This record gives sequence, structure tokens and C-alpha cells, in this order.
Amino acid sequence: MTTIKTEQPNPAAAHPPGGRSGRGAPDQVGKEPLGQSRRVKKSAGRRPLRKAIQRDWQLYALVIVPLIFLAIFRYAPMLGNVIAFRRFRPGGNIFGDEWVGLRYVSMFINDPVFWHVFSNTVILGGLTLVVCFPLPILLALLLNEVRKKAFKRIVQSISYLPHFLSIVIIVGMVMQLLSLQGTANQIITALGGDAIPFLQRAEWFRVIYVGSEVWQTVGWGTILYLAALTTVDASLYEAAEIDGANRWRQIWHVTLPGIRPTMMTLLILNIGTFLNVGFEKVLLLYNPLTYSTADVISTYLYRVGLVSNNLSYAAAIGLFQALIGLVMVLSANFISRRVVGASLW
Amino acid sequence: MVIQTDLAKGVKMRRPRRPSRLRGSRDSRGYKIFTWVNSSLLIVLCLIMLYPFVTVLAQSFSSPSAIKAGMVSFWPVDFNIDTYIAVANNGMFWRNYGNTVLYTVVGTIIAMVLTTSFAYVLAKEHLRGRKILIGLAVFTMFFNGGIVPNYVLISSLGMKNTMWALVIPGAISVFNLLVMKSFFENLPKDLEEAAQIDGLSWIGIFARIVLPLSKAVIATMVLFYSVAFWNDWFAAFLYLDRSELFPVTLFLRNLLAGASSAATEGAAAAGSTATALSANIQSVTMILTVIPILCVYPFVQRHFVSGIMLGSVKG
Repeated sequence: MTTIKTEQPNPAAAHPPGGRSGRGAPDQVGKEPLGQSRRVKKSAGRRPLRKAIQRDWQLYALVIVPLIFLAIFRYAPMLGNVIAFRRFRPGGNIFGDEWVGLRYVSMFINDPVFWHVFSNTVILGGLTLVVCFPLPILLALLLNEVRKKAFKRIVQSISYLPHFLSIVIIVGMVMQLLSLQGTANQIITALGGDAIPFLQRAEWFRVIYVGSEVWQTVGWGTILYLAALTTVDASLYEAAEIDGANRWRQIWHVTLPGIRPTMMTLLILNIGTFLNVGFEKVLLLYNPLTYSTADVISTYLYRVGLVSNNLSYAAAIGLFQALIGLVMVLSANFISRRVVGASLW
Repeated sequence: MVIQTDLAKGVKMRRPRRPSRLRGSRDSRGYKIFTWVNSSLLIVLCLIMLYPFVTVLAQSFSSPSAIKAGMVSFWPVDFNIDTYIAVANNGMFWRNYGNTVLYTVVGTIIAMVLTTSFAYVLAKEHLRGRKILIGLAVFTMFFNGGIVPNYVLISSLGMKNTMWALVIPGAISVFNLLVMKSFFENLPKDLEEAAQIDGLSWIGIFARIVLPLSKAVIATMVLFYSVAFWNDWFAAFLYLDRSELFPVTLFLRNLLAGASSAATEGAAAAGSTATALSANIQSVTMILTVIPILCVYPFVQRHFVSGIMLGSVKG
């Protein structure tokens, strides 16, 4: 989830370059009660750096701690990826000891297990995207047609609930429902079948993963669509009705185009995080019997790196994954801006 | 803000029109059927959403032998609270539960201090370098270091096996930061300007004018962060080795992993008492872990939703 900038008019947020100079003068009068620099106000451009610091030093002081935080806990690990190209000794320099070039990169490119988990990741991510992206739209459309406010609110409250649960709890529920004594097998045996140990069967893993993902995310995913739906101009429905459009055609020709920017934005975000398929959930759900379908890039690099202590190798894989993710967000954003005019930035 | 005003407008504009549009219109019978089908679908959806909670609750009050026989679904069989008593007498469970509370409180406080002050500065549109600061924060949303470098960093900072490995790295969530920033940007400017004329410094304005006006968004952010800290297990899994430091989510994870590996190795063949008993204990632990969230959920859900909307309208 992130900020969304669409073509919808958004006066509060927009500040085009032209608007800035127009607003500049009154702004500066207001913000300089001490009358310290009447001269600067006239030079319509940016104020000199020294003046800016003199006036805003308290603001700059406030961001020092957050910036140090970002530097240490966000940017240092990014640079730490350099160990993908350097030999790393546990306990040694966190940026590694000596350059080894592309040794670790060629190692994973020649690693058949890597390509296996890569294709697992693409399949699992693709399935999740295909199933989990449209369902919230459908649910939002259904909710939007509900006229009884109390009923709508109750449905919303219940369907948002799974979003607030720890992934551990969700996996716990999945395990209980699918255990040999669980509800799924109670139904199967009641119908005369034999109980299936779902979590030990590789062929069931993808179904289980995507199904629980839907359960967890479908309700929460409707929020932005519901908000977008309320902004669709009501007169468009009237016009459509006069033109003889029934409800389905109204949904198709008015409602869906109305929420298209929201759809595109969320699609871009989903595509960008496509390879990061719920690492924590897979880690909790899989076991050696289901590795053949369940093992994904992030779980593989977790085992290689942190369990087998091959940190440089795992860092190379992680860097590769992060770069693919970045490229995918950027290109999805670019295509969407070209094709439908909605983009993240 | 934009969405909120639109929302109000949308409701006002559409409300009166809908009934008249439908009364006597061609599709009114079709519409009735549609409404009926729609409501039924949504009710089924709610039942599916709630069923896992119901069955876990039912198992937690059932006897292990009933669970083993596969008899428990909606309703407890052989109602008893023995497992609750057993879990309640487990010192490690309460210790880990206490850890979760501690980590949640400390983590939320640190996160709120950093996020609020950062967001306040980012909301000052005249600030030199504002765009760069925003860019620095937003970039971390799309590209992050990854597990391995983070692990190396935390280890080399000596934070392994301390609370700090759990509470500090989660301190600034960029999403929350942008939500707060757009809230601050939408506060009325006149107040701040008046305060400035009265000679208050930026920090003075922040503490005495902005923070008191921002109780709603602060409450929302406290909730966002505390739910995230409460639910987290992975940082603890990576960085903690000693079980007396574990949060309760990791306690539960180890229960689940124990049951799962037992089933995988075939040690617990179909329906042995061991798995049934562990299912029972798992259920109780799960219930006790989600209770705080279920208790506050009805009251805070609205805040979460408004927070999401505030953040998603371009910050």
C-alpha cells in the first residue's frame, strides 16, 4: 500500500511548479513574523540556503534521528548487499573482506535448485495475483449495491477482521482446518472419502496458499475500491439509465471505468511485490514433503543463508530478487502511465 | 481529505435519487432478485470468514478425544476448560505473553516519536530539501536490503538476543509516515501562522498546536503500529535464541512447527492422542493471543479504515 496519485482532480495535494510562485508571496509574509528578511521576499526565487537553515534549523534538527534511523536500518542493509560480490566471514566486516566478482551470481545461475524455486515463485505469485486481485473488486461491487447501511457495515467489519491477525494465527487456523481431524476431512469422510493429509501433499500446497490468501485479504482489499466507488458521479448513472442501460450495463460502462485509476494503481503495486510472495506464510506452512511446489526464492535463500550460513550466496539471490521487483514496479508504472494515465508518481 | 469530502457529497447526491429511480422502473423485479442474491452471497461470505474462529474456539473447549475422533466443528464436544488451565499454568506462556506486551509498548513508543516528528517536518511545504527527504523515505518502500544484509547488520550491532532487534528496525513504516504527513498538511495553516506571530518556534508549534490537534491520527497510528508489533513473529524468530525472550507469537509458532514435524515424520500416525492434544493446546494459545485484538477491534476498525484512506489519497 502506498500513496496513490491518479488523474482524479486532487487540489489539496497538487502543487504544480507554476502554482508555487503564485502562492509564494502571501506564504512568506505569514511565515516571517519576525520580519527578519524583507529583502528575500522580493527576490521571488528560492531563498539562500543559509537563510533557510537559519529559519528552519529546528525542523532540520527534528529529522536528524529519523534520518540516522533510515541510514542505519534501511540504507546500510542496501549497501550491505555488496557482500553478494565479496567474501564474507561471519563476525568480520559487514561489507565483506575481499572482492570475488560475480562468483556468487554465477553460482546461483548454475544452481538447478535456484531455477526450480524461481519457477515456483513465479507460479505462486502469478496465481496469487490472478486470484487475489479481482476478488476485492467483485466484493466491493457487491457491497456497493447493498442499500441497508447496517448490513453493509457488519459485512465490512467481519471481512476486514482477518487482516488484523498475525500470520502465525492464520497458519494455525489453516493447519487445524486441514488436519486429519479437521473440518475439511470431516466433510470428506462424511461423503465416504478417505482423509487427505493436505499439508503433507505437494499438489495441494498452491491451493491452500492462495485460498488462505484470499480469506485473509479479500475484505481489506475492498476499502480503496469502496472509496473510489463513492466518487463516481451519480449523474452518469442517470444518463446511462435514460439511455436504457440496465444495471449490468451501468456497472460495466459507468462503475468500472470510474474505479479504473484505483484498479491500475493497485495492480502496479501488486505486480511490484509479485516475487515477494508471502515469505513468512510459506515458511510457516511448508515442510520438506511439500518443497517441490512450496519452496520459493525467499525461503530458499533463507535456508541457504541463515540456516546453512552461506550468507554471500544468499545475498546474491536476494539482490537479484529485489532488483527484479524494482524493475517490475518501474515498468508496470511506466506502462500504466502510457496506457491509462494512472501512475504511482 | 479529498476522499472524505467526496464521500459526503456522493452520499448526499445519490441517496434521494436511488429509491425514485427504482420505484416503478423496468428492472424493479429483477432488482429485488438481485438484492436477494447479493445479500445471500454476502452472508455466506461472512460465515466463511467467521468459521475458522468458531472452530478454533470450539476445539479449545473440547476434549482431546473428541478432537481426535474428528467430532468438533461448530460446537465444543465434551465441554471443559482443562486445556485453558493447563496453558494458564505454563509459566513460559505467560512470560512470552508479557514479552509481547512489552515489545508492543516499547516498539510503538519509539515508532511514534520517530514517525510523528519526521512526518511533521515533511509536511512543511516551504522546507528546503523536502523533496529529497520524501524521496529518501519512499525509496525504501520499493527497494529494501533483504533478509541477509539485515541479519548481518543486526548481528554486528550486537542486537541479537535483545529486545532492540525487534522494536527498532520496525520504527518507521513509510506508509504510516505518509498518512501522518498528509494529515499534517491538511491542518488549517492559520493557526500555525498565528502561533508563529506570537513568537512560538517550530518545535513549540509542533508540541503545543499541532500535536493537540492531531489526536485522531495519532490514535490511528498507535493502533497501526501496535497491531504490527503484537503480530510480529519473524524478527523474533531470526534474532532471538533464548525462549524466555520470545514473544507469544513465536511460542505459538513453535507449537505449530512441533505438531507439523511430528505429522511429517509419521511419528503421530492418523489421530494419535499427541496430535489431538497439541491441536487442543494450539487452539487455546491462538484464542488467548487474538483476544486482545478481538477486544479492541470493534472500536478501532473505523480508525484503521479512515487511516488507509487518508494515506492513499496522494501524500
